[in-house]
Amino acid sequence: MSKKVINTKINGTNYTAEVEPRMLLIHFIRDVAGLTGSHIGCETSICGACTAIVDGMAVKTCAMLAIQADGAEINTIEGLAENGDLHPIQEGFWECHGLQCGFCTPGMIMAASQLLERNPNPTESEIRHGLEGNLCRCTGYQHIVNAVQYAAQKMQS
Amino acid sequence: MIPGSFEYIAPSSVDEALALLKENGESAKLLAGGHSLIPTMKLRLAEPEVIVDLNRIGALKGISESSGTLIIGALTTHYELETSDLAHRKIPLLAQTAAAIGDVQVRNKGTIGGSLAHADPAADWPAAILALDAEIKAVGQGGERSIKASDFFEDLYTTAIDPEEIITEIHVPIPGANTKGTYLKLPQIASGFALAGVAVILTQVENICQNLAVGVTGVSSVPYRAAGVESDLRGKAFSSDNIAAAAEKAVDGIDDVLEDIHASEAYRKNLAKVYTRRAIESAAS
Ligand SMILES: Cc1cc2nc3c(=O)[nH]c(=O)nc-3n(C[C@H](O)[C@H](O)[C@H](O)COP(=O)(O)OP(=O)(O)OC[C@H]3O[C@@H](n4cnc5c(N)ncnc54)[C@H](O)[C@@H]3O)c2cc1C
Ligand code: FES
Ligand code: FES
Repeated sequence: MSKKVINTKINGTNYTAEVEPRMLLIHFIRDVAGLTGSHIGCETSICGACTAIVDGMAVKTCAMLAIQADGAEINTIEGLAENGDLHPIQEGFWECHGLQCGFCTPGMIMAASQLLERNPNPTESEIRHGLEGNLCRCTGYQHIVNAVQYAAQKMQS
Repeated sequence: MIPGSFEYIAPSSVDEALALLKENGESAKLLAGGHSLIPTMKLRLAEPEVIVDLNRIGALKGISESSGTLIIGALTTHYELETSDLAHRKIPLLAQTAAAIGDVQVRNKGTIGGSLAHADPAADWPAAILALDAEIKAVGQGGERSIKASDFFEDLYTTAIDPEEIITEIHVPIPGANTKGTYLKLPQIASGFALAGVAVILTQVENICQNLAVGVTGVSSVPYRAAGVESDLRGKAFSSDNIAAAAEKAVDGIDDVLEDIHASEAYRKNLAKVYTRRAIESAAS
């Protein structure tokens, strides 16, 4: 099957590559762009570990073809910190113990960034609802909720 | 998990997409949000040779109003409907149903046209589309046609749409005065799909039920209108007793109730009644 050249911008850097149409976006991000912060948990579009922001939308990148992202702007966990300073959401996860093994964390943080962009001051229930697409096997979620609340406060001040 | 190989084409018009379907016949598949198709392809339950991606066809996107009808492009996402000002003002049931689907990431990508075409028996849209008496517009090699929601769903994952047709728009009549709606579901906790989902549209004048439409999903292999409930309550007062008695008829005449590891047949029947009662109570309150 014919390969196609695609161009994407991930965290501000251009990546151009020839891909098979069946390549999933998560494989492009990890294997072609070499950005292994986005994880593959279930690969069945359930767990959200592969969540990245594609043209402003949080997407499970294992449920999207790389070729569909031709021309897209993508943000992954690697793009959040600026000049070595943690993004407020990352800081929240650090301060509130929002992770244990850390496997779900990159997807959780990207989904949280979408949540806070759409709703800068969410209630606890809105946070839980907004992170429904992301599973964590370790924390029991409470510290993740606390981390997002921390970030919401910090981002508003 | 990687799909089998395929050719990928992203046409920019409906005509081009139709030509591609004609040229490739059954080996081609349309791609909308991809949130049913791509997982199916990863499991190799579907192995199309050609993918026709509809996402670059602007004409299939967006929500507009025209002579008492909301016109929803097939490629409009669940998220766009959930947050649409027009939907909230004219037919809040649409926004409410959209918000009940899956999770944020799924709503960001999944489309109403894709959901209807996929016809998962536990999908949320069918309940609302049936209750609202919507019409599904499709174009094929022989031109455009319009299919009533009540004629659209034929079997598990099977609709009235031909493989060489494309759903272009969903036309939803804007309900008249004194009409309210609601959608309630019990989600399967892992996937979010409905174990039972009930959409209700009712017209209430001085607490009397002038009209009632009840769409049920998740319960049978084909989503349906609970006609027994509707005729039972029409003309009566919305008292708790009347509502409860009518809701008992939520599975009357339905002989293919679903049963799986998540819910037995008896449990699903009970859920249909309970959610019908709650949905009517909530809309009539
Ligand atoms: C984790 C997860 C949870 C989910 N939870 C829910 C839920 O709670 N409730 C729910 O209702 N759904 C749920 N879904 C399904 C989701 O809503 C899908 O997006 C939807 O069913 C399919 O829409 P799509 O746009 O993604 O279609 P696609 O996957 O792109 O296509 C599905 C099928 O429709 C065909 N098709 C697409 N567009 C058209 C068109 N315009 N004309 C003709 N044929 C077309 C395709 O060829 C394909 O056969 C979930 C999905 C996932 C991955
Ligand atoms: S790896 Fe994509 S959702 Fe789990
Ligand atoms: S911290 Fe281990 S899965 Fe979330």
